[in-house]
Amino acid sequence: MAAEVVTVSRSTVIDAPLDAVWGVVRDFNDHDQWHPVVRTSYIENFLKADQVGAVRNFLLTGGERVREKLLTLSDREHSFRYTIVDADVPLQNYVAQVSLKPVTDGDRTFWSWSSKFQTPPGLEQEMAKLVAEGVYEAGFDAVRQRVQRTRQATQSTAVHDDSITAQPGSSMLITRFGGPEVFRSDKYSAPAPGPGQVRIRQHAVGVNFIDVYCRTGYFRALNPPAVPGLEAAGEIIDVGEGVTHLESGQRVGYACLPFGAYVSVRTMDAALVIPLPDGIDNITAAGGLLKGITADFLLHQVSPVSAGETVLVYAPAGGVGSLLCQWSNHLGATVIGATSNPEKIQPAREAGAHHVITPGKSSLVEQVLELTDGHGADVIFDAVGRDSFAQSVAALAERGHLVSYGQASGDIGVWDIGSLASKSATISRPNYAHYTDTREKVSTIAERLFKAIERRIVRINVNHRFALEQAEEAHRLLQTGQTTGSTVLVCDHPV
Amino acid sequence: MATVYTSSIIDAPAPRVWEALRDFNALPAWHPIVEDSRIEGHAASDQVGCIRAFRLSDGGFIRERLLALSDYDYCCVYAILESPMGVEDYIATLKLTPITDGDRTFAEWSAEFECDPNREAELVEQIGQAVFQAGFDALKQRFGG
Repeated sequence: MAAEVVTVSRSTVIDAPLDAVWGVVRDFNDHDQWHPVVRTSYIENFLKADQVGAVRNFLLTGGERVREKLLTLSDREHSFRYTIVDADVPLQNYVAQVSLKPVTDGDRTFWSWSSKFQTPPGLEQEMAKLVAEGVYEAGFDAVRQRVQRTRQATQSTAVHDDSITAQPGSSMLITRFGGPEVFRSDKYSAPAPGPGQVRIRQHAVGVNFIDVYCRTGYFRALNPPAVPGLEAAGEIIDVGEGVTHLESGQRVGYACLPFGAYVSVRTMDAALVIPLPDGIDNITAAGGLLKGITADFLLHQVSPVSAGETVLVYAPAGGVGSLLCQWSNHLGATVIGATSNPEKIQPAREAGAHHVITPGKSSLVEQVLELTDGHGADVIFDAVGRDSFAQSVAALAERGHLVSYGQASGDIGVWDIGSLASKSATISRPNYAHYTDTREKVSTIAERLFKAIERRIVRINVNHRFALEQAEEAHRLLQTGQTTGSTVLVCDHPV
Repeated sequence: MATVYTSSIIDAPAPRVWEALRDFNALPAWHPIVEDSRIEGHAASDQVGCIRAFRLSDGGFIRERLLALSDYDYCCVYAILESPMGVEDYIATLKLTPITDGDRTFAEWSAEFECDPNREAELVEQIGQAVFQAGFDALKQRFGG
């Protein structure tokens, strides 16, 4: 029986002129310079990379060899086609096309990458996913970073002369405590960085539930008019005296106090600002640093999870919850998600929860005991607080560890620790700042987090994007509880 | 021969944008410079060969024939039969392509025509901006983008 033909098509928009993108992708040989899955590349028989008929020889990061022949190349259409000659991956009769078109509206580039191939029966979905996500989408992201970084580098040089003065920008501030309507857009200027400081041109700002608490006044952390926000990513405009770990033009992110991230340019202490590797784009960093760092220290420092343990995660489709599920699953734990929203069952499973329990005929405690043959959960990550605390204690295994890292439903109140003796239970109430208040602490966590993202152990899904000026809409959406993954505000910078 | 090419990004899935565009008689519903439109001879608006006659907000009167319509490629090709613009052999193509990243739409609108060489730059600018880009701007406002 002949294998079916699989078609894969992916497309995106790169915020750079067509010539800049074509300048990168046209070279049939240098994919090892930008594509994350290509370790080395050379053109066989000393042909030129733009000689139609040339064969490139790839060694992929997974160790596989792939040989591909250039079939067509058109500088007029900004497109080329190629075929796999032979490969250590099961792709047969594989013909792919890369094609760019100008988006005249905004001087951007539309890029489509598509292919047809055959693969042994049963592998169709797996290979389609590999090609679509591992090759095409990963390639889009890599080129996006490359051309945008090149452009930014040019821009940084251009602003260098006046960088000693204040850098104009905009901010979203809350005028008083209240609903989303209290946001107002305002002019803002970032002063030249003082000793130990950096000035950052921010490209994306993370929106978190703590921002809502700051806005409503539930946390009296801000004194309006004030700018909320803890998390952003962008590139360094300039650095102050004594800053040695960062330099102008470098891409960076942060997730730390003080508040004030809802701005397009920012001057702040450099200590907790983290360099971003090429594989982590600004949107991912702004949407994932705070949640990812939290998940990391909960799982690796507060309560190291090991294979064979049972982990219970509340809000398993939520920002931190989803990362806890993915990562615990990867560490070999049995993951149980607990949610009251039936629509979050599927996302929780996709995040790696082996079981998802919802309120039903039996209680949460009974369901956990049933799933664990009466053992209970070895580790529980609970940010619900008042409404879940008692049942969490009851669902713990002997010598289990309840990590209470938030109280979305309200304060937990006073507890008699004598009652924990029946299980030798451990309870932790970690505070983000204590795990992230020095450069050493943040660097260790960030390094592990970035590796986990790049190896796809955890996936940061930024599903909601707004302009910085739309902070009001972003907060409205977040408060509906209907968001999945992360929400970011994107800053516009005139070129 | 003069050519015009304008393209944009509409923040809505291509099938949804195509629903608004495929009706050859629907220009007044989405294009800001078109006042009213009718299909001549009681033809259906998706009948290849049909002719639309419409009036612009500045009073100009235009007749165009539908040359090709593809629900498969989200694409429509038409020719000007009569217009005050001073163009000959004018053929335009409006095409949508899905952008899988973000489920958006890449929209392209292009035309080829003959005209008085002294007026070519002006016409290219006028068609590219006042007609094509203005249409895209209206779609972006309607669908986001």
